[in-house]
Amino acid sequence: MSDPSTASIVSTPSAQPTDPVGPTVAGQGNEKPRGLLGDAWRDLRRKPLFWISATIIMIFLLMAAFPALFAPGDAVNGSLSRSLVKSNGDAWFGYNLQGQDVYARVIYGARASIVVAVLSVIGTLLVGGTMGIIAGYRGGWVDALLSRIGDVFFGVPFVLGAIVILTTFNGSGSNNSKAEIMSLVTISLIVLSWPVVMRLMRSSVLATRDADYIIAARALGAGTGRIILKHLLPNCLAPLLVYGTIMVGSFIGAEATLSFLGVGLKSPVVSWGIMISEGKDFIRVAPGLVFFPAAFLVAAVLSFVMLGESVREALDPKLR
Amino acid sequence: MGRYLLRRLLQLVPVFIGSTFLIYWLVWAVPGDPFAGKCGERRCPDQYVAFMTEKYHLDQNVFVQYANYMKNLLQGDFGQTFSQRDIGGIIATAYPNTLKLALVALAIEAVIGLGAGILTGLRRNGFLDNLVLVSTLFLLALPVFVVGFVLQWLLGVQWQIVKPTVSSEMRWSELIVPGFVLGSASVAYIARVARTSIAENRRADYVRTAIAKGLPMRRVVGVHLLRNSLIPVVTLLGTDLGALMGGAIVTEGIFQINGIGREVYRAIITKESATVVGIVVVLVVVYLVMNLLVDLLYAALDPRIRYE
Amino acid sequence: MSDILVSEQSAPGPGGSGRPSGRLLEVEDLRVEFRTRDGVAKVINGVTYHVDAGETLAVLGESGSGKSVTAQTIMGILDTPPGFVTGGQVRFHGKDMLRMSDEERRRIRGEGIAMIFQDALSALNPVFTVGFQIAEQFRVRRGMGRAEAKKRAIDMLDQVKIPNAKSRFNNYPHQFSGGMRQRAMIAMSLALDPEVLIADEPTTALDVTVQAQIMDLLAELQRERQMGMILITHDLGVVADVADRIAVMYAGRIVEEADVYELYAKPAHPYTIGLIDSIPRLDEKGQQLRTIKGLPPNLMNIPPGCPFNPRCPMVQPVCREKVPPLLQVGAARASACHFAEELVNRV
Repeated sequence: MSDPSTASIVSTPSAQPTDPVGPTVAGQGNEKPRGLLGDAWRDLRRKPLFWISATIIMIFLLMAAFPALFAPGDAVNGSLSRSLVKSNGDAWFGYNLQGQDVYARVIYGARASIVVAVLSVIGTLLVGGTMGIIAGYRGGWVDALLSRIGDVFFGVPFVLGAIVILTTFNGSGSNNSKAEIMSLVTISLIVLSWPVVMRLMRSSVLATRDADYIIAARALGAGTGRIILKHLLPNCLAPLLVYGTIMVGSFIGAEATLSFLGVGLKSPVVSWGIMISEGKDFIRVAPGLVFFPAAFLVAAVLSFVMLGESVREALDPKLR
Repeated sequence: MGRYLLRRLLQLVPVFIGSTFLIYWLVWAVPGDPFAGKCGERRCPDQYVAFMTEKYHLDQNVFVQYANYMKNLLQGDFGQTFSQRDIGGIIATAYPNTLKLALVALAIEAVIGLGAGILTGLRRNGFLDNLVLVSTLFLLALPVFVVGFVLQWLLGVQWQIVKPTVSSEMRWSELIVPGFVLGSASVAYIARVARTSIAENRRADYVRTAIAKGLPMRRVVGVHLLRNSLIPVVTLLGTDLGALMGGAIVTEGIFQINGIGREVYRAIITKESATVVGIVVVLVVVYLVMNLLVDLLYAALDPRIRYE
Repeated sequence: MSDILVSEQSAPGPGGSGRPSGRLLEVEDLRVEFRTRDGVAKVINGVTYHVDAGETLAVLGESGSGKSVTAQTIMGILDTPPGFVTGGQVRFHGKDMLRMSDEERRRIRGEGIAMIFQDALSALNPVFTVGFQIAEQFRVRRGMGRAEAKKRAIDMLDQVKIPNAKSRFNNYPHQFSGGMRQRAMIAMSLALDPEVLIADEPTTALDVTVQAQIMDLLAELQRERQMGMILITHDLGVVADVADRIAVMYAGRIVEEADVYELYAKPAHPYTIGLIDSIPRLDEKGQQLRTIKGLPPNLMNIPPGCPFNPRCPMVQPVCREKVPPLLQVGAARASACHFAEELVNRV
């Protein structure tokens, strides 16, 4: 008889590890092989949630870029004679205390919220991503140092930290311009959020750093820059982008929270958080003053979170 | 174990110093007169300026100031407000209220979040699953102030089911709505983590083994599946306790709870720098200690984790 | 032991089902499919085999041949969805398990039929001690107290020759070596003294030297307890030493079943011939290894006729049209090849 140690069936070059479905994958000749991204896209295309959220986001982006397309009215100048007047054909959502058109303000409010949120996310991804790559790739004391610095910023409670930063630089006495206020809010969001992205990036770099194909690339003489750009980054990018999309949603919420507390954006900037804050004292008389900006705020946050979630589910084979 | 604990404690020291220094620097050492606007709208009384300058070494550089502040703090001295109130006393009064609120929030997270997560994790793609997925999405997306405001208005003002604000007695029953508001995002997060974790482990080999052993389904799920799936959830709950207290500012403001969050907000607005720093120090310590405890808990729950 | 009633196997039609035959465990015309997003994969297409007390049946086949899915269906641990049983019977003591209530099936697991899995590291629960997982069965199924269950569990660990069983009781699976883990797995599956033991590739994840020890242990325990054993493997070398009969599976069907010596001496299916030929041999040093050309079929699109025809060196036109049934050839063997007689009678 045969030697028991070596006798095994080695007839197929591509023995799939999964018993039942293995050959079905190997045997598909007429279909193009799909990568993870192709699979994810095929999954996404079938999800109504993906299309709904993507459509709403497109509408909000248009609203932020060209608010006049949506609202012919004047968002800033009101007339006290129309104070708290109910909705009519001119102003669908009625007028606020100063007699400003609430519908127009809600539309114009999209710009400040979305610009601040998107800029903050880009900044957070850049700062956190860079730190994460450096920490994960270099390791050793660089990693330890950057991780501790990240811990320091992470240890400060988010809302509290933002309030402190903003009251220090944007207190009641200061007279900053509109752009200055917006960049202050953006910077404080970045300062307090980058450690999360750094941890995410660091762990995915650590997970791929010692993968065989990276070692092979290194053995073939690829430089550090090339390995990071060509091999590490593409593999770590997907979770980062998903997180970024969800983060746009939560930053819109965070900006509104800070404005609501009176430390973020301030009048005459039009923003949903400010509108809710202004309207909350008249909720019995004119609930629309709170309801409409809150509805837009929630729709915007929800659509970004939904988009991120559906992309994440499509990318994660374990959830299928 | 002992060495691991020591190493973790040593790691905490720089983080503690860094976080508190960051806040200290932000509230005290910004260029300009440290007393500008610090006593409300009035000019600070000379006596107070002299007292504070001496106490906080304001004539010296920020590092010396910080070092002195920490030296006092380690002796239990949080300093005084400009109206001579003891900051340690303020914290001692407000802190239990916040802790109580955070515990209620945590209990709600554990009951609702975990319950929903387990139910949907075991039966995926049913009606309940989709309902939970959609409602958790809403809770995750809604900013806390919107949830709080809406619930306060609906339950407290419109339908008058609960009192819109919490009385100073802080009864547990009054804290249910504020607790839900504070924990709303975490409830959703816990439910989702539990659902994913259970759904992943449900197909695990060891669950299959437990079924093959002929154990009743109750035991397969209740002992083998849950024990493994709940490790990430329990650790999440632990870290959340620290985070909840730091995030209580908005909730305490809406429901007028005299907790640490409302105290720190008032202090920030009235420029009570010493109070701000004192409260932040407490919050950072709680947060860091909770994280350390969770790390230890994690190792206790999962025997594969070993302290090197 | 090798008196196979091939006639019964060869006529698995509706008339042949439900008859009590005194066999311990019988699988008859079992059909299972996996319904996935990409389509329906017919994983098991009419499998029929049986095992009696005291005998070892080896089920041999490549990855994807359906040997593990058959075992999972017997145990009732098939993942549903995507797996669905679409036909056939699994009879234990003559009673169709597929028609039993969940509770009836549960009682058979562990006591009637037990299973050993390929990868003991993932099959054992990582957060409980090995001892707990063995004692659990005595406590839950036999209602024993903690102390007695522990005693019995240690006894089981002794029986599978784990040294220092007493102190090993409190170890976690990750603290065991690969071979020890598989021994613990065996102890766990034998705790309730099952009548049938299904061993699904029990040695594949182990070092070569350990493989032989585990196989010896399994064979010894099987003899001592007079269990029926179904040994699922892709390793012909493992089969030869312990099996009484061999069933070769291909694309969800049994293509050949025979006494172990007859199968090696004179395989009656071209696929079996290919398998035996592809064993590396010491006397042919320096030559290229022989392999079976091509790939196993796509189970969502099994070729018409004999599923092996695209790879078969002896393929004839009839093979592309008619599915060959599993028919008796000779005294105690069966083959699903149109030319089985010729293969058996060749010189």
